[in-house]
Amino acid sequence: MKKKKKETAVVYSQKETAQGIFDMWIETPLAGNAHPGQFISIYPKNEATLLPRPISICEVDEKKERLRIVYRIAGQGTREFSSYEQGDSISILGILGNGFPLEAAEGKNVFLMGGGIGIPPMVQLAKELAAANREAGRDNSNIKIILGYRSELFLHEDLMQYGQVYIATEDGSKGSKGTVMDAIEDNRLKGDVIFSCGPMPMLRAIKRYAAENGMTAYLSLEERMACGVGACLGCVCKTKEVDHHSFVHNARVCTDGPVYLAEEVDI
Amino acid sequence: MEKKRNMAVTIAGVAFKNPVMTASGTFGSGMEYGEFVDLNKLGAIVTKGVANIPWPGNPTPRVAETYGGMLNAIGLQNPGIDVFIKRDLEFLKQYDTKVIVNVCGKSVEDYVEVVERLSEQAVDMLEINVSCPNVKEGAIAFGQKADALYHITEEIKKKAKQPVIMKLSPNVTSIGEMAKAAEAAGADAISLINTITGMKIDIHKRRFALANKTGGLSGPAIKPVAVRMVYEAAHAVKIPIIGMGGIANGEDAIEFLMAGATAVSVGAMNFVNPYATEETIQGIEEYMEQYNIEDIREIIGCVE
Ligand SMILES: Cc1cc2nc3c(=O)[nH]c(=O)nc-3n(C[C@H](O)[C@H](O)[C@H](O)COP(=O)(O)OP(=O)(O)OC[C@H]3O[C@@H](n4cnc5c(N)ncnc54)[C@H](O)[C@@H]3O)c2cc1C
Ligand SMILES: Cc1cc2nc3c(=O)[nH]c(=O)nc-3n(C[C@H](O)[C@H](O)[C@H](O)COP(=O)(O)O)c2cc1C
Ligand code: FES
Repeated sequence: MKKKKKETAVVYSQKETAQGIFDMWIETPLAGNAHPGQFISIYPKNEATLLPRPISICEVDEKKERLRIVYRIAGQGTREFSSYEQGDSISILGILGNGFPLEAAEGKNVFLMGGGIGIPPMVQLAKELAAANREAGRDNSNIKIILGYRSELFLHEDLMQYGQVYIATEDGSKGSKGTVMDAIEDNRLKGDVIFSCGPMPMLRAIKRYAAENGMTAYLSLEERMACGVGACLGCVCKTKEVDHHSFVHNARVCTDGPVYLAEEVDI
Repeated sequence: MEKKRNMAVTIAGVAFKNPVMTASGTFGSGMEYGEFVDLNKLGAIVTKGVANIPWPGNPTPRVAETYGGMLNAIGLQNPGIDVFIKRDLEFLKQYDTKVIVNVCGKSVEDYVEVVERLSEQAVDMLEINVSCPNVKEGAIAFGQKADALYHITEEIKKKAKQPVIMKLSPNVTSIGEMAKAAEAAGADAISLINTITGMKIDIHKRRFALANKTGGLSGPAIKPVAVRMVYEAAHAVKIPIIGMGGIANGEDAIEFLMAGATAVSVGAMNFVNPYATEETIQGIEEYMEQYNIEDIREIIGCVE
């Protein structure tokens, strides 16, 4: 495994792509180590807000050493990030977390399910799954990308090049009315493996759905973090078995996760 | 010509190459931050609290940011002394640094059991966290009453093979009284401050920010309180003091040393800067250069 580092990155570009949703590319040599489903933590410059903010890796440009992140303004830290402009330097900690196990999708029909601000990690994941298909001389018909929004869409266009995209909106303005689960039903989708990231109610529904339909589901969890590197035990989730590190029914989301096999975690 | 400057300090007969340690619970047993800093450079590694049996800790959210600091209610999650000896102490043996094991428990017997288990181990000192809830006495922390602190210190001292540091809670009326109780019962040193009890409410969700409702405040926000308490404790007792609370760099560390601490610990600021421990050591060195201080001991308690 590559060493984790705190690094100064440079903002390459940033734009608001939907109300309150920002899309930023940053330049950092850490880009070369990034795997889909992993994350970085970004330190606000304001010293009153000390802790680094965990943000998923949305896309990687290895050659140009750039990382893309897409985030929603949720509070002081992300509001500060949204003011950054090209050339600004930012402190980041990375690369963190385990990421999605791509090999679990090998030769399988796979659902990529993202809800709201859980959609960003699906981009690099879809990109790498599509690249694996290309290498194996397959098309992308095995990749079904199911996205849930409140109302306004983002990242859906990026994702269309990697597989069939299905959309659900809470207000029914686009695609299925309701959640990603409604989109599955409306489109009668069938698959073997699920990779997902989104709000807890969505992840719970996916866990149930996968168990009922004999699918293997991977869930990317979110938890409040302090250190981001596994030292403080702030970010744990409940596990079914005794965890290999903690020796209790708790695993650290920042290091053992954020991606877990659904049946391993008690959510 | 660069002068040779002495950064070494001695506490209860244990010699530390420099006065910079890690604050318990913020650095694990060094495995994680060992990716960022050279553990051999640290004065000591103070481990996360360990109990006689595994503790699952509190429900989440366990951490919440506050202005210039953070609240935590980890609930002393730990794998228990058996795993700790086999894994963490084995890991620490590879490094040329002192090892201080932080001990927690829910009854005096729990603490004593851990202390006895450690007696034959490669451990340089014990740090006793008396901020744990005393289940037998109705969840009041051992560290909040001078007589309870005296009692537990005395019982631990009877069994301990290594020098004992009593880690004091700031959630008391008189830190001097507590320091005196620990000293009178035979403590070899004291460390302070542990976290200050606080609370945060999420006004949008109308909920406590922490599942445990209350948590311990740490980080730069508590530094002035910590410096004051170190100063008061230093004037109340003769045993050495390890100071902590919001230390981020060499300048912060110097402030604690001047207030009367013989050594310092870097805690929550590791989360903000994973290189904070090494940079604090460097910062102290630079300060010594700047003011031409040959021996760090010259400045300990220099502000009367
Ligand atoms: C592994 C992981 C990946 C994430 N990826 C993304 C992403 O790609 N895009 C995105 O928009 N958001 C993502 N989040 C959520 C993001 O971390 C929070 O929205 C962000 O930390 C809010 O910070 P703030 O200062 O704006 O909010 P504030 O509410 O001011 O933050 C206060 C404190 O709470 C923490 N916090 C607040 N909300 C969350 C949350 N939902 N999860 C974890 N910590 C939180 C902050 O980090 C900070 O320490 C991710 C979270 C995790 C754990
Ligand atoms: C996440 C976290 C976990 C902690 N765990 C322990 C612990 O297990 N035992 C202990 O004695 N103190 C523990 N502490 C207290 C610290 O060791 C230290 O006394 C306190 O945080 C003040 O220093 P700081 O402001 O530099 O963090 C913990 C603090 C934090 C932030
Ligand atoms: S955030 Fe510290 S252990 Fe995960």
